[in-house]
Amino acid sequence: MSHRVAITGIGQTRHSGRRPYHNDGEMIHEAVSLALADADISIKDIDTVIIGNMDLFEGHYLNDAMLADYSGSIGKSGFKMNTGGTVGTMEVITAWYNIASGQSDTVLVIGWEKHDEGPVTSAITTIYEPAYTRWFSVGALSGLALLSDDYLRRANCPMEIGGIVRSYMSENASRNPNAHLREKYTVQDVMNARMVLYPLTLLMICPTSLGACAMVLAKESKAKKMTKKPVWIKDHVTVHAEEGGGLFDALSGGPRRTTETEAGKTILKRNHITKPLEEIQLFEMYDPCPFFHPFFLEDFQLCPEGEAWKLIEKGLTSREGSFPISPSGGVMCTNAIGDSGTLRVAEAALQLREDAGEHQVTRKVTQALASGFGGSNWTDLFLLTNSLD
Amino acid sequence: MANEVVKKEPMFTEGYVIMPYKYSVGTLASKFFIEIRDHKKINGVKCPKCNIVIVPPRSVCIKCFNKIEDLVELSGKGTLVTYTVAHYDSAVQAMKPPYAIGVIKLDGADTAITHFIGEVDFKELKAGMKLEAVFNETRNANILDIKYFKPVKNKG
Ligand SMILES: [Zn+2]
Repeated sequence: MSHRVAITGIGQTRHSGRRPYHNDGEMIHEAVSLALADADISIKDIDTVIIGNMDLFEGHYLNDAMLADYSGSIGKSGFKMNTGGTVGTMEVITAWYNIASGQSDTVLVIGWEKHDEGPVTSAITTIYEPAYTRWFSVGALSGLALLSDDYLRRANCPMEIGGIVRSYMSENASRNPNAHLREKYTVQDVMNARMVLYPLTLLMICPTSLGACAMVLAKESKAKKMTKKPVWIKDHVTVHAEEGGGLFDALSGGPRRTTETEAGKTILKRNHITKPLEEIQLFEMYDPCPFFHPFFLEDFQLCPEGEAWKLIEKGLTSREGSFPISPSGGVMCTNAIGDSGTLRVAEAALQLREDAGEHQVTRKVTQALASGFGGSNWTDLFLLTNSLD
Repeated sequence: MANEVVKKEPMFTEGYVIMPYKYSVGTLASKFFIEIRDHKKINGVKCPKCNIVIVPPRSVCIKCFNKIEDLVELSGKGTLVTYTVAHYDSAVQAMKPPYAIGVIKLDGADTAITHFIGEVDFKELKAGMKLEAVFNETRNANILDIKYFKPVKNKG
């Protein structure tokens, strides 16, 4: 029997496009201090520190050792995580394994990025397979555009859904003081913005942000001493595919089978969830562009294929809806990649604690999903709850 | 927390790293590229166990994990599955924008290949349209020996 694992402390910096007067260590220390204060513990109480960002994004590699003083990991167990877009969520999953196995009682996770300091587009291009596909990549964006176009056609989804989703996100981010892009946009603003990579306009593309998010996780007996409002990791899953084939499995006439469909099926089945849009009340989604809201709702098995955009159009996923997606404003408004995954889990946990302030959703939340996205070749999915019964 | 002096004049240290690489494409991809270079032929691989045809070739079946040894010849014609048009430029891109990229399912294949789409009015791009490969005059046994895929013109 494994130990139950709770999130007991959450801290994040404000996110922005520039932050020249703090180095990476000073920035992460700010998030770590906030998370420790939130858990009402000191760094002495932490057994293991897991830190992560995107490989090469800042032009240096060894951030676990280089920043050990700022992160508080000197003399402690721990390591760095560099798994691409899933960095932040893999940190939480790794913390879970550490605690569930009994290796550690308390783990500190830190996701961070300073996007303006290195060769981001060059670095992200190295994720593409070199012999066949690298020449055709347009940084991180080409995959997002191809998957968006694919969804639009499969689901017969109108382009305006992109504007609707982005306007929901702008409303959410305007309420979140830690979000990066907090400007409010109408559907027309989004649709009329310059076309960058068909079908994505400039306002549909996630920004490059700076920021850090830290969390304290603990085993049940410790968690209950630290906080009155522990958020439990009820379940989680991680699924891989090779580049291309996993995404387009349906091409050979088979059923649709992506890393998202497999992750969704696993979580729903293991937790006996048959009416996901009722039994779960919120999703902090790793949502790099608007069409991923309907695409992911369907692939994660939360609603039937071709139906999600209609539910979104009716308001299901807005902050006041019955199944809000990314009430924080999501990745579309804040994207310091190494912290984006950590932040999804953190923001879902804040909603479950009813501590999200101005961007707290209007309805009661007892179960929430949070996801991590690695170019759709790698998906992490969490089921979080504020009560284990 | 930053004091006023630092806010006015933050200091940076700047540097530059060059990162060349070469990548062994492997047994089947070597054959694949040689066939393109010498005969302007695009080959896939067929899994002997589950019969799916994978292009570009991989040496292990994505469906059943079976080892794959042999190439099968495809026609070089196919169907556009999904596409994008880049209006955005960066140092790492192979072409100056605007240009189109497509995911193309070749006739007889069960997977798709990503490449440029050329000789096309972007407004006419449509999933399901028929495309065919155009090869470069000078070929160096790499994926850019295929210049791009272009729409198949209907005869008559
Ligand atoms: Zn096979």
